[in-house]
Amino acid sequence: MTAIPLRHAVIEVADAKISFGAVKALDGVTLRILPGECVGLVGHNGAGKSTIVNVINGGLSPHQGTIACAGEPMQRYGIAAARANGVRCVFQELSLCPNLTVIENTRVMHRTLTGWGWRRRAARIIGDKLDEIFPGHGIDPTGVVSDLSIAERQMVEIATAFSQVAQPVKLVILDEPTSSLDASLATQLLDYVRRFVEAGGSVIFISHILGEILSTSDRIVVMKDGKVVAERPAGKFDEHSLVAAMGSVVKGRHQEKRINDTAGLTPLLSQPSRRGKGLAFEAFAGEIIGLAGLGGHGQTDTLIDLYLARTGSWLRGRDAEVAFVAGDRALNGVFPLWSILKNLTIADLAGLSRRGLVSEPAEANLGQAWKQRIEIRTQDLGNPILSLSGGNQQKVLFARALATPAPAVLMDDPMRGVDIGTKQEVYAILRAEADKGRTFVWYSTEMDEICLCDRVYVFNNGVIVAELKGDSVTEKNVLAASFIGAAA
Amino acid sequence: MKKVLSSDTIRLLIPALSLTILLISVFYLQPRAMSYVGLNLLFNLAVPIALATIAQMLIMTVNDLDLSMGTFVSFVACVAATFLQATPVIGVLILAAAIATYAALGVLIHMRNLPSIVVTLGMSFIWGGLAVLILPAPGGEAPAWVRAVMISRPPFMPMAIIACIIIAVVSHFIIMRSSFGVILRGVGGNARSVERAGWSILGVRAATYALAAFFAILAGISLVGLTTSADANIALRYTLLSIAGVILGGGEFTGGRVSPIGAVIGALTLTLAGSFLSFLRISPDWQIGAQGAILIVVLGLRLLLNRLENRGKRS
Repeated sequence: MTAIPLRHAVIEVADAKISFGAVKALDGVTLRILPGECVGLVGHNGAGKSTIVNVINGGLSPHQGTIACAGEPMQRYGIAAARANGVRCVFQELSLCPNLTVIENTRVMHRTLTGWGWRRRAARIIGDKLDEIFPGHGIDPTGVVSDLSIAERQMVEIATAFSQVAQPVKLVILDEPTSSLDASLATQLLDYVRRFVEAGGSVIFISHILGEILSTSDRIVVMKDGKVVAERPAGKFDEHSLVAAMGSVVKGRHQEKRINDTAGLTPLLSQPSRRGKGLAFEAFAGEIIGLAGLGGHGQTDTLIDLYLARTGSWLRGRDAEVAFVAGDRALNGVFPLWSILKNLTIADLAGLSRRGLVSEPAEANLGQAWKQRIEIRTQDLGNPILSLSGGNQQKVLFARALATPAPAVLMDDPMRGVDIGTKQEVYAILRAEADKGRTFVWYSTEMDEICLCDRVYVFNNGVIVAELKGDSVTEKNVLAASFIGAAA
Repeated sequence: MKKVLSSDTIRLLIPALSLTILLISVFYLQPRAMSYVGLNLLFNLAVPIALATIAQMLIMTVNDLDLSMGTFVSFVACVAATFLQATPVIGVLILAAAIATYAALGVLIHMRNLPSIVVTLGMSFIWGGLAVLILPAPGGEAPAWVRAVMISRPPFMPMAIIACIIIAVVSHFIIMRSSFGVILRGVGGNARSVERAGWSILGVRAATYALAAFFAILAGISLVGLTTSADANIALRYTLLSIAGVILGGGEFTGGRVSPIGAVIGALTLTLAGSFLSFLRISPDWQIGAQGAILIVVLGLRLLLNRLENRGKRS
């Protein structure tokens, strides 16, 4: 027993492992957060930042590893235990109840606000905190959240997390808190974070704006592929060394890339620069174009705009100009009650029909042809689609798009949760189809896939900030463009 | 910039206006209705409908829908006219078991992630069957105390109006003002964030369903107090009436946006619409259709107002 008040970690996660199916989201992460420090957490898509945040706030329990609060190991750690230990979290996506007022949302977050006069107390708590963090905010605590702007909602959420009702606030996790705040509000927040930390609180700060991370954090933890790959005091990093730490060791594998001479050709698909900023989008026949950058920075919107601009007409022609491969299979990919064959042929029923009736032999032939070509592992195409593994379902979705005569295929991160073997097969099919003249526009959150593309557009905050061609499509360049571009 | 009217006030404006217009038309057609007895007769049947509407509104607050409301109220009416009158202890036990069943339904719907419409539709046959078992033929007798409350004549204001005001105030306090009501509406608005704040959604759902059953039981008992006897099919119309009442009163099917005062006003409007059509001497064959037309007009007005409000927000 030590009588000396050692500075115990506010929270200590040791060797946490979590896997979702075959994907290792966390692969033995150890993280100690001491009182009075701001820890910056950076990493690219899927590095495991959100997963470790969910472990710390109690939303996920690690399959392996231990969690200790203030030096005491916790046996059963959940949301309630996390909150009891003073852990608060501001999530990346806004998570207030839009139908309630600001005061009522404060009540939802703080259990102990109850009994007579809770409204008055809540109004005082949230009002004072808002004044403290964002002086001159102009938010009315009795107003309904759905009437507030996105930035105001974010401010309310941040203030709610920092406000103290019963248990002291020891650790606040800020997951991309500045993404919807303008520069002056972001500065107010970062100043407050420093004051909070100097008063003995702790903050985990996640941001893709490296300048903020470097100026606000005491210590920076870099994650990649579910592991902590670097951990140093903030002063030992600069933007370039951070980007370098996020990337992997350069792989020996090198692939032949074509640089098509596109000068003078008419693009197959094109779109002017989004919101009048950044670069314009163009795609030529036979290209594989990657859309890179951090998740949710406008890639999916671009794909949907491209698709709707060419199919959104009621009087659409018989031959589709573009086909779409959805990323979220369950949500907008498969028809779960239909057979494999019906799922495969749905996109090209017009081509299989004679006088308004689908020709069954033609449908069966098409199915057989694609079954052999992409090796769908099933005895009978009449089996329900859900009898296939996830990877094989995804192959069917690819076949659905490729079976159409559409010259361009849009893909919205279609390889999520697909095993590596299937991926290799699909990559080969894509390359073969591209050689025949088809165009692919491919949004992917995986760096390996982006590096397969002929040309890559890097997105940041909804606009295209960089275009990389041929051999310059490397992990280092993509990371540099998606992180450093944000500061510009 | 300060807004003149909050969005909640605007939400209440349409139901209040439509009730006023209907009331004025009724008084114009039949001036004798403008009396103590007249008002009591006009709004008598609104009391059970208002209670059932509040019950339905509670279920809708957590983004569910109860299609068994009508049969459940009928079942309660049958219990009230038989067991509650003859052997009060057994009657109370049966009603307590009914509340527990509702709470269990809430748990089941949440745990198995079932659509509430399917579960309650199934339950409606069970409640209906139980009601027929208790009272195979119309009959029974209302407990004396219920009857006494329902026909009492307080000074100045008829019982029906007082009861509706009490229902509105009590449910407004529970749902809109109390700290429990905040969590309840929070579940409708964004269940994920309520869960992340450390609340048990399961518990909230169960409590909501139990509370809804409590209001529905009050509806059944008050209905028996008015009709003096019961019948297994006495309140079948309540399922749709209660849903229409909530929507008419400014509530929405999803998103936890509800208004208890609006719901009571909605129930009053629906009751009054029936009387209004009788005063117009519209044949009963056309009344249902005409009632539907009134509903469409009021809801159309609300859509218009919503659109105006959204346009104001965007500019």
